[in-house]
Amino acid sequence: MTTTATTAKQGATAPTPPAARTGRTFGRRPSLRSYLASLSWSSLLYVAPALAFFAVFVLYPIGISVWYSFYAYDGLTQGTPVGWDNYTAVFTDSLLRAALLHSLVLLFFYAVLPVCVGLLLAGAMSRIRVYGLTVFRAVLFVPQILSSVVVAVAWRNLLAVDGPVNTVLKAVGLGRFTTSWLGDFDTALPSIGVIGAWVEYGLCMVLFLSGIVAIDRSTYEAARLDGAGPVREFFAITLPALRPQISIALILTVTFALRNFDLIWNTTRGGPGTTTTVPSLYVYQDAFQNRMLGRASALAIVLTVVILAVVTLVQLALREREHPLRRFTRPGRPGRKVQS
Amino acid sequence: MRIARSESVATHALLVLAAIVAVFPLVSIVVSSLHGVAGSGGVSFAGYSTAWTQGRFGSALLSSALVAVTVVVVTVVLAALAGYALATMRVPGARLIVALLLVGLVLPYEVTVLPLYELLTGWHLVDTYGALILPQIALSIPLGVLWMRSFFAAVPVELLEAARIDGTSRLQSLRLVVLPIAGPALTTLSTVLFLFTWNEFLLALILVPDNASVQTVPLALSFFSGAARSSDPAVTAAAAVLVALPVLLAYVFLQRRLISGLTEGAVK
Repeated sequence: MTTTATTAKQGATAPTPPAARTGRTFGRRPSLRSYLASLSWSSLLYVAPALAFFAVFVLYPIGISVWYSFYAYDGLTQGTPVGWDNYTAVFTDSLLRAALLHSLVLLFFYAVLPVCVGLLLAGAMSRIRVYGLTVFRAVLFVPQILSSVVVAVAWRNLLAVDGPVNTVLKAVGLGRFTTSWLGDFDTALPSIGVIGAWVEYGLCMVLFLSGIVAIDRSTYEAARLDGAGPVREFFAITLPALRPQISIALILTVTFALRNFDLIWNTTRGGPGTTTTVPSLYVYQDAFQNRMLGRASALAIVLTVVILAVVTLVQLALREREHPLRRFTRPGRPGRKVQS
Repeated sequence: MRIARSESVATHALLVLAAIVAVFPLVSIVVSSLHGVAGSGGVSFAGYSTAWTQGRFGSALLSSALVAVTVVVVTVVLAALAGYALATMRVPGARLIVALLLVGLVLPYEVTVLPLYELLTGWHLVDTYGALILPQIALSIPLGVLWMRSFFAAVPVELLEAARIDGTSRLQSLRLVVLPIAGPALTTLSTVLFLFTWNEFLLALILVPDNASVQTVPLALSFFSGAARSSDPAVTAAAAVLVALPVLLAYVFLQRRLISGLTEGAVK
């Protein structure tokens, strides 16, 4: 800790740290020196306040979490180092494994389902002139701006034993399917999934709509002239053009699905039994209720690594490539002059 | 090339259905909040007055406003400075800084909350506004800095060059040349950060658990609806509407900015 502090101080007072001048005697020394001279050291003053906040309240806590994750620690007495035991526990403890499994189920509801629904609707909308687009956009986006606690209260109300969902089921003669949706062992997890899908589908649609607006209409005309049907049109034009938006939609929905503390805390708190537990719930409970700080930290680190890995994967998989239709989607291309 | 009228009608019908589904839960709590207490039938605002007095929502709304405004103002100032430097100057370690901020963008708060709690306990800040404000500034920094950086990067180089030739210092050109045209970018960023801070739940639950006078609206609603789970649903529903109302009102005026901020911001 102290060593980094002193080097940082040196760096601030001496524009070129002595180590950089004397430390390297091999080949590219002049270019290194000119590189260092080309940097604006005073620009660090602009960045420093923001970075200080980020370092103290984000980076430092992460470091401490990594440190704790290798200890058995109750927050009061001296911790004992346990190596990778906390991490082994994350993957072997049956309760934690179940929580990870619930997260996977919710991943389907929170990410896969909204993206598919959004794509389907966006695909349909790409074929017509939509009236009242601004209004639809604004209304579809409402679930995104509500506090998750409000969402939880509203859906608890909807899904209650005597709530509107059951009333409708009874009215259409499906009375035998009524249940306490969030209180039943079989329906609690999918019900939470439905809430998550509701929160996210509008976001996906709005994202995809903004992508569709950017597609050149003549691409569709050309495809139709060539006899492409709606399905062909969707897979050949709409889907490839929406690649960047799908990537963002997946990143936003997946991180929401894997974190997901607020919604579960305010609907089921992991119950009934342990049917709706998720990792972030155990992070909270182990850290602040069960005093198992080491295990809570290990679980939080695993959660972070999983999120970063999934985000990286999504970005790599959907990275924008030069796709075959690019030359059709950019009408103002220079090559056009030759033809005219 | 025309599409059949029936297809247009069918798609619009689907859209209307999707829109109804999006607002139905909200409409349903508004309806149940207006049900008379004890189910007497007819419209009644009794639920609202009960919720307002029992749930201390007046104080919670003030806390939320104070916290959100402070976080937004401080973050925007810090983010403008840092984003300006990262976009227009040769900042040492710029790549590392940007990479760390990008990671910060998708980081689950869960990994920071426990050490944060201990840190702020040591500083005697738990259960004070400081515990809500300081970490939330830090958590808003990645979005803020990257947002401002991409805005400043789009400012024409000639503009800054011209200012430099006129003998303007870098800080002066930020204030006199760049900020005057940054209005829309700053407003959109502020709106998005305000929404995030206003709705933040987990940090409030952990960092101000035992002091009702600094608790924000989501936390107040969570405690209130948890305690009132068995009592009158009209009162809980009214409380939820009270919490949602300020955000919805702001949304009516700022929806364009908010939607573009939350969707295009991610595209950058």
